[in-house]
Amino acid sequence: MSLKTESKPSFTPIAQETFLDKKVVYDTKDLNLWYGDTHALKDINLSIYEKEVTAIIGPSGCGKSTYIKTLNRMVELVPTVRTTGTITYNGMSILDKKFRVEDLRTRVGMVFQKPNPFPKSIYDNVAYGPKIHGIRNKKILDEIVEKSLRGASIWDEVKDRLKENAYGLSGGQQQRLCIARCLAIEPDVILMDEPTSALDPKSTLRIEELVQELKKDYSIIIVTHNMQQAARISDRTAFFLNGEVIEFDQTDNIFTKPADSRTEDYISGRFG
Amino acid sequence: MKYIDQEQVQNKMSSRLIKNNILKTLFALATMFGIVVLVILIVRVLTQGLAWIDMDFITGKLSTNADRAGIMGAILGTLWLMAVVIPVTLVLGVATAIYLELYAPKGKLQAIIQTNIANLAGVPSIVYGLLGLTVFVRAMEFGNVVLAGGLTLSLLVLPIVIVAAQEAIRAVPQHLSEASFGMGATKWQTVKNIVLPAALPGILTGAILALSRAIGETAPLTVIGIPALLIPFPEGIFDSFTVMPMQIYYWTIDSVLVEEYAYLAAATIIVLLLMLFILNSIAVIIRNKFQRRY
Repeated sequence: MSLKTESKPSFTPIAQETFLDKKVVYDTKDLNLWYGDTHALKDINLSIYEKEVTAIIGPSGCGKSTYIKTLNRMVELVPTVRTTGTITYNGMSILDKKFRVEDLRTRVGMVFQKPNPFPKSIYDNVAYGPKIHGIRNKKILDEIVEKSLRGASIWDEVKDRLKENAYGLSGGQQQRLCIARCLAIEPDVILMDEPTSALDPKSTLRIEELVQELKKDYSIIIVTHNMQQAARISDRTAFFLNGEVIEFDQTDNIFTKPADSRTEDYISGRFG
Repeated sequence: MKYIDQEQVQNKMSSRLIKNNILKTLFALATMFGIVVLVILIVRVLTQGLAWIDMDFITGKLSTNADRAGIMGAILGTLWLMAVVIPVTLVLGVATAIYLELYAPKGKLQAIIQTNIANLAGVPSIVYGLLGLTVFVRAMEFGNVVLAGGLTLSLLVLPIVIVAAQEAIRAVPQHLSEASFGMGATKWQTVKNIVLPAALPGILTGAILALSRAIGETAPLTVIGIPALLIPFPEGIFDSFTVMPMQIYYWTIDSVLVEEYAYLAAATIIVLLLMLFILNSIAVIIRNKFQRRY
Protein backbone atom coordinates (compact mmCIF):
# COMPACT_ATOMS: atom_id res chain seq x y z
CA MET A 1 0.00 0.00 0.00
CA SER A 2 2.96 2.33 -0.37
CA LEU A 3 2.33 4.00 -3.65
CA LYS A 4 3.20 7.42 -2.34
CA THR A 5 6.11 8.07 -4.63
CA GLU A 6 5.17 5.87 -7.51
CA SER A 7 2.47 7.82 -9.22
CA LYS A 8 2.14 11.53 -9.58
CA PRO A 9 0.06 13.22 -12.21
CA SER A 10 2.34 13.48 -15.19
CA PHE A 11 0.68 16.46 -16.82
CA THR A 12 0.14 18.77 -13.88
CA PRO A 13 3.56 20.08 -12.88
CA ILE A 14 2.09 22.96 -10.85
CA ALA A 15 0.00 20.64 -8.78
CA GLN A 16 2.87 18.37 -7.97
CA GLU A 17 4.56 20.50 -5.39
CA THR A 18 1.30 21.25 -3.62
CA PHE A 19 0.41 17.60 -3.38
CA LEU A 20 3.76 16.03 -2.88
CA ASP A 21 2.74 14.79 0.55
CA LYS A 22 -0.59 13.43 -0.68
CA LYS A 23 -1.06 9.74 -1.10
CA VAL A 24 -2.57 8.33 -4.26
CA VAL A 25 -5.63 6.22 -3.54
CA TYR A 26 -6.64 5.27 -7.04
CA ASP A 27 -4.32 5.13 -9.96
CA THR A 28 -5.79 4.53 -13.40
CA LYS A 29 -3.46 3.56 -16.23
CA ASP A 30 -4.49 3.32 -19.89
CA LEU A 31 -8.01 2.26 -19.04
CA ASN A 32 -10.22 1.33 -21.97
CA LEU A 33 -13.75 0.12 -21.59
CA TRP A 34 -16.29 -1.24 -24.05
CA TYR A 35 -20.00 -1.93 -23.73
CA GLY A 36 -20.30 -4.53 -26.46
CA ASP A 37 -18.97 -2.62 -29.47
CA THR A 38 -19.28 0.82 -27.92
CA HIS A 39 -15.94 2.22 -26.84
CA ALA A 40 -17.06 4.09 -23.71
CA LEU A 41 -13.73 4.94 -22.05
CA LYS A 42 -10.57 5.65 -24.03
CA ASP A 43 -7.06 5.58 -22.59
CA ILE A 44 -7.94 7.03 -19.21
CA ASN A 45 -5.01 8.01 -17.01
CA LEU A 46 -6.04 9.53 -13.72
CA SER A 47 -4.78 9.66 -10.13
CA ILE A 48 -7.12 10.18 -7.24
CA TYR A 49 -5.59 11.63 -4.08
CA GLU A 50 -6.34 10.82 -0.50
CA LYS A 51 -8.73 13.04 1.49
CA GLU A 52 -9.58 15.25 -1.41
CA VAL A 53 -12.72 15.82 -3.38
CA THR A 54 -12.18 14.91 -6.99
CA ALA A 55 -14.94 16.06 -9.31
CA ILE A 56 -15.62 14.48 -12.66
CA ILE A 57 -17.48 16.73 -15.06
CA GLY A 58 -18.54 16.46 -18.66
CA PRO A 59 -21.62 16.35 -20.88
CA SER A 60 -24.10 13.44 -20.83
CA GLY A 61 -22.72 10.25 -22.28
CA CYS A 62 -19.08 11.30 -21.84
CA GLY A 63 -18.28 8.26 -19.70
CA LYS A 64 -18.06 9.94 -16.30
CA SER A 65 -20.60 7.63 -14.65
CA THR A 66 -19.03 4.62 -16.33
CA TYR A 67 -15.64 5.64 -14.96
CA ILE A 68 -16.80 6.03 -11.37
CA LYS A 69 -18.63 2.70 -11.58
CA THR A 70 -15.42 1.08 -12.78
CA LEU A 71 -13.72 2.20 -9.58
CA ASN A 72 -15.87 -0.24 -7.56
CA ARG A 73 -16.51 -2.55 -10.52
CA MET A 74 -20.25 -1.91 -10.41
CA VAL A 75 -19.92 -1.52 -14.15
CA GLU A 76 -19.72 -5.31 -14.32
CA LEU A 77 -23.46 -5.50 -13.70
CA VAL A 78 -23.66 -4.80 -17.44
CA PRO A 79 -22.83 -8.25 -18.84
CA THR A 80 -21.26 -7.11 -22.10
CA VAL A 81 -18.63 -4.93 -20.46
CA ARG A 82 -14.94 -5.40 -21.32
CA THR A 83 -11.88 -3.53 -20.06
CA THR A 84 -8.17 -3.21 -20.72
CA GLY A 85 -5.59 -1.32 -18.72
CA THR A 86 -5.23 -1.20 -14.96
CA ILE A 87 -6.69 0.52 -11.95
CA THR A 88 -4.84 0.17 -8.69
CA TYR A 89 -6.50 0.92 -5.40
CA ASN A 90 -3.91 1.38 -2.66
CA GLY A 91 -1.52 -0.63 -4.78
CA MET A 92 -3.92 -3.51 -5.49
CA SER A 93 -4.88 -4.19 -9.05
CA ILE A 94 -8.69 -4.19 -8.82
CA LEU A 95 -9.62 -5.03 -12.41
CA ASP A 96 -7.87 -8.35 -11.94
CA LYS A 97 -10.64 -10.95 -12.04
CA LYS A 98 -9.06 -12.66 -9.03
CA PHE A 99 -9.55 -9.53 -6.96
CA ARG A 100 -12.77 -9.96 -4.99
CA VAL A 101 -15.29 -7.21 -5.65
CA GLU A 102 -16.81 -7.74 -2.22
CA ASP A 103 -13.48 -6.76 -0.64
CA LEU A 104 -13.21 -3.70 -2.81
CA ARG A 105 -16.75 -2.51 -2.14
CA THR A 106 -16.28 -2.87 1.59
CA ARG A 107 -13.57 -0.23 1.41
CA VAL A 108 -15.15 1.89 -1.29
CA GLY A 109 -18.68 3.08 -0.60
CA MET A 110 -21.04 4.42 -3.21
CA VAL A 111 -23.81 6.99 -3.20
CA PHE A 112 -26.12 6.86 -6.19
CA GLN A 113 -27.86 9.36 -8.40
CA LYS A 114 -31.33 8.72 -7.03
CA PRO A 115 -31.66 8.26 -3.28
CA ASN A 116 -32.10 4.48 -2.96
CA PRO A 117 -32.80 3.56 0.65
CA PHE A 118 -34.02 0.01 1.25
CA PRO A 119 -37.70 -0.42 2.06
CA LYS A 120 -36.69 -0.98 5.67
CA SER A 121 -36.49 1.12 8.81
CA ILE A 122 -33.96 3.95 9.07
CA TYR A 123 -32.02 1.87 11.58
CA ASP A 124 -31.98 -1.25 9.40
CA ASN A 125 -30.83 0.76 6.41
CA VAL A 126 -27.72 1.94 8.22
CA ALA A 127 -27.14 -1.38 9.99
CA TYR A 128 -27.38 -3.30 6.71
CA GLY A 129 -23.72 -2.92 5.74
CA PRO A 130 -22.25 -3.90 9.13
CA LYS A 131 -24.69 -6.82 9.33
CA ILE A 132 -23.67 -8.31 5.99
CA HIS A 133 -20.09 -8.04 7.13
CA GLY A 134 -20.93 -10.17 10.13
CA ILE A 135 -21.55 -7.76 12.99
CA ARG A 136 -24.37 -9.16 15.13
CA ASN A 137 -23.77 -7.43 18.47
CA LYS A 138 -26.71 -5.11 19.07
CA LYS A 139 -24.69 -2.60 21.09
CA ILE A 140 -22.01 -2.28 18.44
CA LEU A 141 -24.67 -1.94 15.75
CA ASP A 142 -26.37 0.81 17.77
CA GLU A 143 -23.10 2.67 17.99
CA ILE A 144 -22.33 2.32 14.30
CA VAL A 145 -25.82 3.53 13.40
CA GLU A 146 -25.55 6.61 15.58
CA LYS A 147 -22.02 7.43 14.47
CA SER A 148 -22.91 7.04 10.80
CA LEU A 149 -26.08 9.10 11.05
CA ARG A 150 -24.17 11.82 12.88
CA GLY A 151 -21.46 11.62 10.24
CA ALA A 152 -24.05 12.24 7.56
CA SER A 153 -25.54 15.08 9.67
CA ILE A 154 -28.99 13.56 9.79
CA TRP A 155 -28.93 12.17 13.33
CA ASP A 156 -30.87 15.04 14.93
CA GLU A 157 -33.65 14.72 12.38
CA VAL A 158 -34.16 10.96 12.73
CA LYS A 159 -32.97 9.96 16.22
CA ASP A 160 -36.55 9.69 17.51
CA ARG A 161 -37.84 7.69 14.54
CA LEU A 162 -35.13 5.13 13.85
CA LYS A 163 -37.71 2.35 13.62
CA GLU A 164 -39.79 4.15 10.98
CA ASN A 165 -39.63 3.26 7.32
CA ALA A 166 -36.98 5.20 5.42
CA TYR A 167 -39.50 5.96 2.67
CA GLY A 168 -41.15 8.46 5.02
CA LEU A 169 -38.11 10.76 4.73
CA SER A 170 -37.83 13.61 2.23
CA GLY A 171 -35.64 13.14 -0.85
CA GLY A 172 -32.78 15.13 0.66
CA GLN A 173 -33.00 13.23 3.93
CA GLN A 174 -33.08 9.92 2.03
CA GLN A 175 -29.88 10.86 0.23
CA ARG A 176 -28.17 11.75 3.52
CA LEU A 177 -29.42 8.45 4.92
CA CYS A 178 -27.79 6.72 1.95
CA ILE A 179 -24.57 8.55 2.77
CA ALA A 180 -24.90 7.37 6.38
CA ARG A 181 -25.51 3.83 5.14
CA CYS A 182 -22.33 4.13 3.11
CA LEU A 183 -20.34 5.49 6.09
CA ALA A 184 -21.50 2.53 8.17
CA ILE A 185 -19.22 0.16 6.26
CA GLU A 186 -16.33 2.44 7.29
CA PRO A 187 -14.92 2.92 3.81
CA ASP A 188 -11.79 4.85 2.80
CA VAL A 189 -13.29 6.18 -0.39
CA ILE A 190 -16.79 7.41 -1.19
CA LEU A 191 -17.92 7.38 -4.80
CA MET A 192 -20.79 9.75 -5.53
CA ASP A 193 -22.60 9.46 -8.83
CA GLU A 194 -24.47 12.75 -9.33
CA PRO A 195 -25.74 12.60 -5.75
CA THR A 196 -27.72 15.84 -5.92
CA SER A 197 -29.25 15.64 -9.38
CA ALA A 198 -32.60 14.47 -7.98
CA LEU A 199 -32.65 17.00 -5.12
CA ASP A 200 -33.92 20.54 -4.62
CA PRO A 201 -31.41 23.42 -4.18
CA LYS A 202 -31.67 23.45 -0.39
CA SER A 203 -31.04 19.71 -0.02
CA THR A 204 -28.25 20.04 -2.57
CA LEU A 205 -26.56 22.67 -0.45
CA ARG A 206 -26.74 20.43 2.63
CA ILE A 207 -25.13 17.56 0.73
CA GLU A 208 -22.41 19.89 -0.52
CA GLU A 209 -21.67 21.07 3.02
CA LEU A 210 -21.61 17.46 4.10
CA VAL A 211 -19.10 16.57 1.39
CA GLN A 212 -16.82 19.32 2.70
CA GLU A 213 -17.09 17.79 6.17
CA LEU A 214 -16.50 14.25 4.94
CA LYS A 215 -13.33 14.97 3.01
CA LYS A 216 -11.51 15.36 6.32
CA ASP A 217 -11.81 11.60 6.76
CA TYR A 218 -12.58 10.19 3.34
CA SER A 219 -11.39 10.44 -0.21
CA ILE A 220 -14.36 11.49 -2.31
CA ILE A 221 -14.93 11.16 -6.01
CA ILE A 222 -18.02 12.93 -7.23
CA VAL A 223 -19.56 12.85 -10.67
CA THR A 224 -21.59 15.94 -11.40
CA HIS A 225 -23.10 17.66 -14.39
CA ASN A 226 -23.36 20.82 -12.34
CA MET A 227 -20.18 22.81 -13.00
CA GLN A 228 -20.83 25.29 -10.21
CA GLN A 229 -21.02 22.35 -7.84
CA ALA A 230 -17.67 21.04 -9.01
CA ALA A 231 -16.17 24.51 -8.63
CA ARG A 232 -17.65 24.92 -5.15
CA ILE A 233 -16.73 21.64 -3.54
CA SER A 234 -13.86 19.93 -5.32
CA ASP A 235 -10.10 20.16 -5.00
CA ARG A 236 -9.42 18.64 -8.38
CA THR A 237 -11.52 18.31 -11.46
CA ALA A 238 -11.34 15.94 -14.40
CA PHE A 239 -13.11 16.97 -17.57
CA PHE A 240 -14.39 14.02 -19.61
CA LEU A 241 -15.51 14.26 -23.23
CA ASN A 242 -16.51 11.36 -25.48
CA GLY A 243 -14.89 8.84 -23.18
CA GLU A 244 -11.58 10.66 -22.90
CA VAL A 245 -10.03 12.74 -20.14
CA ILE A 246 -9.50 16.10 -21.79
CA GLU A 247 -8.03 17.80 -18.76
CA PHE A 248 -7.30 16.95 -15.14
CA ASP A 249 -6.00 19.59 -12.78
CA GLN A 250 -6.66 21.49 -9.61
CA THR A 251 -10.19 22.78 -9.73
CA ASP A 252 -9.06 26.42 -9.60
CA ASN A 253 -6.95 25.97 -12.68
CA ILE A 254 -9.67 24.16 -14.60
CA PHE A 255 -12.16 26.92 -13.99
CA THR A 256 -9.86 29.95 -14.30
CA LYS A 257 -7.24 29.00 -16.86
CA PRO A 258 -8.16 25.75 -18.62
CA ALA A 259 -5.39 24.44 -20.81
CA ASP A 260 -7.64 22.93 -23.45
CA SER A 261 -10.05 24.98 -25.52
CA ARG A 262 -12.71 22.23 -25.26
CA THR A 263 -12.64 22.54 -21.46
CA GLU A 264 -13.05 26.26 -21.79
CA ASP A 265 -15.96 25.83 -24.20
CA TYR A 266 -17.68 23.44 -21.83
CA ILE A 267 -17.27 25.40 -18.62
CA SER A 268 -18.31 28.62 -20.31
CA GLY A 269 -21.51 26.88 -21.38
CA ARG A 270 -20.86 26.74 -25.11
CA PHE A 271 -21.94 23.08 -25.22
CA GLY A 272 -23.13 20.30 -22.94
CA MET B 1 -57.69 30.01 -41.04
CA LYS B 2 -58.93 27.14 -38.93
CA TYR B 3 -58.76 23.52 -39.98
CA ILE B 4 -61.46 22.28 -37.64
CA ASP B 5 -64.98 23.28 -38.63
CA GLN B 6 -66.99 23.54 -35.43
CA GLU B 7 -70.29 23.03 -37.27
CA GLN B 8 -69.17 19.76 -38.79
CA VAL B 9 -67.90 18.61 -35.45
CA GLN B 10 -71.29 19.36 -33.91
CA ASN B 11 -73.10 17.43 -36.65
CA LYS B 12 -71.03 14.32 -36.14
CA MET B 13 -71.03 14.51 -32.38
CA SER B 14 -74.25 12.57 -31.73
CA SER B 15 -73.24 9.61 -33.91
CA ARG B 16 -69.90 9.46 -32.08
CA LEU B 17 -71.69 9.40 -28.76
CA ILE B 18 -74.11 6.67 -29.91
CA LYS B 19 -71.20 4.52 -31.03
CA ASN B 20 -69.57 5.05 -27.66
CA ASN B 21 -72.72 3.93 -25.83
CA ILE B 22 -73.21 0.84 -28.00
CA LEU B 23 -69.67 -0.30 -27.33
CA LYS B 24 -70.02 0.39 -23.63
CA THR B 25 -73.06 -1.93 -23.60
CA LEU B 26 -71.18 -4.61 -25.55
CA PHE B 27 -68.27 -4.54 -23.12
CA ALA B 28 -70.63 -4.76 -20.17
CA LEU B 29 -72.45 -7.72 -21.75
CA ALA B 30 -69.15 -9.53 -22.32
CA THR B 31 -68.36 -9.09 -18.64
CA MET B 32 -71.84 -10.22 -17.63
CA PHE B 33 -71.50 -13.42 -19.66
CA GLY B 34 -68.74 -14.71 -17.41
CA ILE B 35 -70.56 -13.72 -14.25
CA VAL B 36 -73.85 -15.30 -15.37
CA VAL B 37 -72.17 -18.60 -16.22
CA LEU B 38 -70.47 -18.64 -12.83
CA VAL B 39 -73.74 -17.91 -11.03
CA ILE B 40 -75.59 -20.66 -12.92
CA LEU B 41 -72.80 -23.08 -12.07
CA ILE B 42 -72.82 -22.24 -8.40
CA VAL B 43 -76.61 -22.26 -8.14
CA ARG B 44 -76.85 -25.65 -9.84
CA VAL B 45 -74.16 -27.18 -7.69
CA LEU B 46 -75.65 -25.74 -4.52
CA THR B 47 -79.24 -26.88 -5.28
CA GLN B 48 -78.01 -30.39 -6.08
CA GLY B 49 -75.41 -30.85 -3.44
CA LEU B 50 -76.14 -28.68 -0.44
CA ALA B 51 -78.76 -31.04 0.99
CA TRP B 52 -76.21 -33.86 1.03
CA ILE B 53 -73.60 -32.02 3.03
CA ASP B 54 -73.57 -32.79 6.72
CA MET B 55 -70.96 -33.79 9.27
CA ASP B 56 -71.28 -37.47 8.36
CA PHE B 57 -70.60 -36.69 4.69
CA ILE B 58 -67.48 -34.68 5.49
CA THR B 59 -65.99 -36.93 8.15
CA GLY B 60 -67.27 -40.25 6.82
CA LYS B 61 -65.55 -42.98 4.88
CA LEU B 62 -66.23 -43.78 1.27
CA SER B 63 -69.06 -46.23 0.65
CA THR B 64 -70.97 -47.64 -2.29
CA ASN B 65 -74.11 -46.85 -0.36
CA ALA B 66 -74.90 -43.24 -1.28
CA ASP B 67 -76.58 -42.48 2.03
CA ARG B 68 -73.53 -43.52 4.04
CA ALA B 69 -70.77 -42.24 1.74
CA GLY B 70 -68.33 -39.68 3.11
CA ILE B 71 -65.36 -37.86 1.61
CA MET B 72 -62.91 -37.54 4.50
CA GLY B 73 -60.50 -39.77 2.60
CA ALA B 74 -60.59 -37.48 -0.44
CA ILE B 75 -60.20 -34.35 1.71
CA LEU B 76 -57.17 -35.82 3.48
CA GLY B 77 -55.81 -36.98 0.13
CA THR B 78 -56.08 -33.48 -1.29
CA LEU B 79 -54.43 -31.98 1.81
CA TRP B 80 -51.57 -34.49 1.73
CA LEU B 81 -51.12 -33.81 -1.96
CA MET B 82 -50.87 -30.08 -1.29
CA ALA B 83 -48.39 -30.80 1.49
CA VAL B 84 -46.12 -32.20 -1.22
CA VAL B 85 -46.96 -29.78 -4.04
CA ILE B 86 -46.61 -26.48 -2.13
CA PRO B 87 -43.08 -26.92 -0.73
CA VAL B 88 -41.74 -28.70 -3.81
CA THR B 89 -42.99 -26.10 -6.29
CA LEU B 90 -42.03 -23.14 -4.11
CA VAL B 91 -38.49 -24.35 -3.49
CA LEU B 92 -37.83 -25.56 -7.05
CA GLY B 93 -39.71 -22.70 -8.69
CA VAL B 94 -38.18 -19.87 -6.68
CA ALA B 95 -34.68 -21.37 -6.89
CA THR B 96 -35.01 -21.68 -10.66
CA ALA B 97 -36.29 -18.12 -10.95
CA ILE B 98 -33.44 -16.80 -8.80
CA TYR B 99 -30.89 -18.64 -10.90
CA LEU B 100 -32.34 -17.54 -14.23
CA GLU B 101 -32.82 -13.91 -13.21
CA LEU B 102 -29.78 -13.26 -11.07
CA TYR B 103 -27.07 -15.83 -11.63
CA ALA B 104 -27.36 -17.35 -15.08
CA PRO B 105 -25.17 -15.68 -17.70
CA LYS B 106 -27.46 -13.88 -20.12
CA GLY B 107 -27.08 -15.60 -23.45
CA LYS B 108 -28.32 -18.29 -25.77
CA LEU B 109 -28.55 -21.02 -23.15
CA GLN B 110 -30.61 -18.84 -20.85
CA ALA B 111 -32.91 -17.91 -23.75
CA ILE B 112 -33.39 -21.59 -24.61
CA ILE B 113 -34.23 -22.50 -21.01
CA GLN B 114 -36.61 -19.57 -20.85
CA THR B 115 -38.46 -20.62 -24.00
CA ASN B 116 -38.70 -24.18 -22.76
CA ILE B 117 -40.23 -23.13 -19.47
CA ALA B 118 -42.84 -21.16 -21.36
CA ASN B 119 -43.50 -24.21 -23.55
CA LEU B 120 -43.76 -26.53 -20.56
CA ALA B 121 -46.57 -24.36 -19.22
CA GLY B 122 -48.55 -25.27 -22.33
CA VAL B 123 -48.03 -29.05 -22.25
CA PRO B 124 -51.37 -30.85 -21.67
CA SER B 125 -51.71 -32.12 -18.13
CA ILE B 126 -52.31 -35.73 -19.23
CA VAL B 127 -48.78 -35.77 -20.67
CA TYR B 128 -47.46 -34.90 -17.24
CA GLY B 129 -49.50 -37.82 -15.95
CA LEU B 130 -47.62 -40.17 -18.30
CA LEU B 131 -44.33 -38.65 -17.16
CA GLY B 132 -45.32 -39.20 -13.53
CA LEU B 133 -46.34 -42.77 -14.27
CA THR B 134 -43.05 -43.55 -15.99
CA VAL B 135 -40.69 -41.77 -13.62
CA PHE B 136 -42.23 -41.69 -10.16
CA VAL B 137 -44.63 -44.63 -10.10
CA ARG B 138 -42.58 -47.14 -12.10
CA ALA B 139 -38.91 -46.13 -12.44
CA MET B 140 -38.58 -44.85 -8.87
CA GLU B 141 -41.05 -47.46 -7.65
CA PHE B 142 -43.05 -45.14 -5.44
CA GLY B 143 -46.31 -46.76 -6.59
CA ASN B 144 -49.48 -44.71 -6.91
CA VAL B 145 -48.97 -42.93 -3.58
CA VAL B 146 -49.28 -39.32 -2.46
CA LEU B 147 -45.59 -38.61 -3.14
CA ALA B 148 -45.81 -39.75 -6.76
CA GLY B 149 -48.99 -37.76 -7.37
CA GLY B 150 -47.60 -34.71 -5.60
CA LEU B 151 -44.36 -34.72 -7.58
CA THR B 152 -46.29 -35.15 -10.83
CA LEU B 153 -48.54 -32.19 -10.04
CA SER B 154 -45.50 -30.19 -8.90
CA LEU B 155 -43.94 -30.60 -12.33
CA LEU B 156 -47.22 -29.56 -13.87
CA VAL B 157 -47.49 -26.27 -12.00
CA LEU B 158 -43.78 -25.52 -11.74
CA PRO B 159 -43.71 -23.31 -14.86
CA ILE B 160 -46.45 -21.12 -13.38
CA VAL B 161 -44.42 -20.54 -10.22
CA ILE B 162 -41.16 -20.01 -12.11
CA VAL B 163 -42.61 -17.44 -14.47
CA ALA B 164 -44.43 -15.57 -11.69
CA ALA B 165 -41.35 -15.57 -9.46
CA GLN B 166 -39.16 -14.38 -12.33
CA GLU B 167 -41.51 -11.49 -13.01
CA ALA B 168 -41.62 -10.62 -9.32
CA ILE B 169 -37.82 -10.67 -9.08
CA ARG B 170 -37.47 -8.61 -12.24
CA ALA B 171 -39.87 -6.03 -10.82
CA VAL B 172 -37.63 -5.36 -7.81
CA PRO B 173 -35.98 -2.03 -8.61
CA GLN B 174 -32.42 -2.48 -9.78
CA HIS B 175 -31.24 0.45 -7.65
CA LEU B 176 -32.03 -1.54 -4.49
CA SER B 177 -29.76 -4.44 -5.37
CA GLU B 178 -27.11 -1.98 -6.61
CA ALA B 179 -27.12 -0.34 -3.19
CA SER B 180 -26.59 -3.73 -1.59
CA PHE B 181 -23.82 -4.78 -4.00
CA GLY B 182 -22.25 -1.34 -3.50
CA MET B 183 -21.70 -2.14 0.15
CA GLY B 184 -19.86 -5.36 -0.59
CA ALA B 185 -22.79 -7.74 -0.17
CA THR B 186 -22.56 -11.01 -2.05
CA LYS B 187 -25.23 -12.01 -4.51
CA TRP B 188 -26.83 -14.37 -2.04
CA GLN B 189 -26.89 -11.75 0.73
CA THR B 190 -28.54 -9.35 -1.70
CA VAL B 191 -31.05 -11.97 -2.81
CA LYS B 192 -31.92 -12.97 0.74
CA ASN B 193 -32.13 -9.52 2.31
CA ILE B 194 -33.29 -7.27 -0.49
CA VAL B 195 -34.63 -9.08 -3.56
CA LEU B 196 -36.69 -11.89 -2.05
CA PRO B 197 -38.51 -9.80 0.58
CA ALA B 198 -39.47 -7.29 -2.11
CA ALA B 199 -40.49 -10.03 -4.55
CA LEU B 200 -42.41 -12.13 -2.05
CA PRO B 201 -45.91 -10.75 -2.76
CA GLY B 202 -45.49 -11.48 -6.47
CA ILE B 203 -44.09 -14.94 -5.77
CA LEU B 204 -47.05 -15.75 -3.51
CA THR B 205 -49.47 -14.61 -6.20
CA GLY B 206 -47.88 -17.17 -8.49
CA ALA B 207 -48.08 -19.77 -5.77
CA ILE B 208 -51.80 -19.12 -5.35
CA LEU B 209 -52.37 -19.61 -9.08
CA ALA B 210 -50.32 -22.80 -9.06
CA LEU B 211 -52.13 -24.14 -6.02
CA SER B 212 -55.54 -23.50 -7.56
CA ARG B 213 -54.47 -25.32 -10.68
CA ALA B 214 -53.02 -28.31 -8.82
CA ILE B 215 -55.93 -28.76 -6.45
CA GLY B 216 -58.41 -29.22 -9.29
CA GLU B 217 -56.32 -31.46 -11.56
CA THR B 218 -57.74 -34.86 -12.41
CA ALA B 219 -56.24 -36.08 -15.67
CA PRO B 220 -52.63 -36.68 -14.57
CA LEU B 221 -53.85 -38.50 -11.47
CA THR B 222 -56.07 -40.86 -13.47
CA VAL B 223 -53.01 -41.75 -15.55
CA ILE B 224 -50.82 -42.58 -12.58
CA GLY B 225 -53.57 -44.90 -11.38
CA ILE B 226 -55.36 -43.40 -8.42
CA PRO B 227 -57.81 -46.02 -7.19
CA ALA B 228 -61.47 -45.47 -7.92
CA LEU B 229 -62.66 -46.83 -4.61
CA LEU B 230 -60.50 -46.46 -1.59
CA ILE B 231 -61.73 -46.96 1.94
CA PRO B 232 -58.71 -46.31 4.27
CA PHE B 233 -57.59 -42.74 4.97
CA PRO B 234 -54.08 -41.72 3.80
CA GLU B 235 -51.83 -41.06 6.78
CA GLY B 236 -48.66 -39.92 5.05
CA ILE B 237 -47.00 -39.28 1.74
CA PHE B 238 -46.32 -42.99 1.14
CA ASP B 239 -49.99 -44.01 1.37
CA SER B 240 -52.41 -44.64 -1.43
CA PHE B 241 -54.88 -41.84 -1.80
CA THR B 242 -57.65 -40.29 -3.75
CA VAL B 243 -58.48 -36.61 -4.11
CA MET B 244 -61.71 -34.68 -4.37
CA PRO B 245 -61.62 -34.05 -8.14
CA MET B 246 -61.13 -37.81 -8.67
CA GLN B 247 -64.05 -38.53 -6.37
CA ILE B 248 -66.19 -36.09 -8.34
CA TYR B 249 -65.12 -37.73 -11.58
CA TYR B 250 -65.92 -41.29 -10.51
CA TRP B 251 -69.22 -40.39 -8.90
CA THR B 252 -70.24 -38.49 -12.01
CA ILE B 253 -69.52 -41.34 -14.41
CA ASP B 254 -71.16 -43.83 -12.04
CA SER B 255 -74.29 -41.71 -11.67
CA VAL B 256 -75.78 -43.70 -14.56
CA LEU B 257 -75.82 -46.66 -12.15
CA VAL B 258 -76.83 -44.93 -8.94
CA GLU B 259 -78.64 -41.64 -9.41
CA GLU B 260 -77.69 -40.29 -5.97
CA TYR B 261 -74.01 -40.31 -6.93
CA ALA B 262 -74.64 -37.14 -8.97
CA TYR B 263 -75.72 -35.35 -5.80
CA LEU B 264 -72.68 -36.65 -3.96
CA ALA B 265 -70.51 -35.26 -6.77
CA ALA B 266 -72.20 -31.87 -6.42
CA ALA B 267 -71.71 -31.93 -2.66
CA THR B 268 -68.03 -32.76 -3.14
CA ILE B 269 -67.67 -29.86 -5.58
CA ILE B 270 -68.98 -27.51 -2.88
CA VAL B 271 -66.43 -28.83 -0.38
CA LEU B 272 -63.64 -28.57 -2.96
CA LEU B 273 -64.53 -24.99 -3.85
CA LEU B 274 -64.71 -24.12 -0.17
CA MET B 275 -61.30 -25.63 0.47
CA LEU B 276 -59.81 -23.82 -2.51
CA PHE B 277 -61.31 -20.62 -1.21
CA ILE B 278 -59.82 -21.14 2.26
CA LEU B 279 -56.34 -22.01 0.94
CA ASN B 280 -56.39 -19.01 -1.39
CA SER B 281 -57.51 -16.74 1.43
CA ILE B 282 -54.59 -17.87 3.56
CA ALA B 283 -52.18 -17.13 0.72
CA VAL B 284 -53.78 -13.73 0.09
CA ILE B 285 -53.53 -12.85 3.78
CA ILE B 286 -49.85 -13.79 3.85
CA ARG B 287 -49.27 -11.79 0.69
CA ASN B 288 -51.01 -8.70 2.01
CA LYS B 289 -49.13 -8.91 5.27
CA PHE B 290 -45.83 -8.70 3.41
CA GLN B 291 -47.09 -6.14 0.96
CA ARG B 292 -47.99 -3.74 3.73
CA ARG B 293 -44.46 -3.74 5.00
CA TYR B 294 -43.15 -2.08 1.87
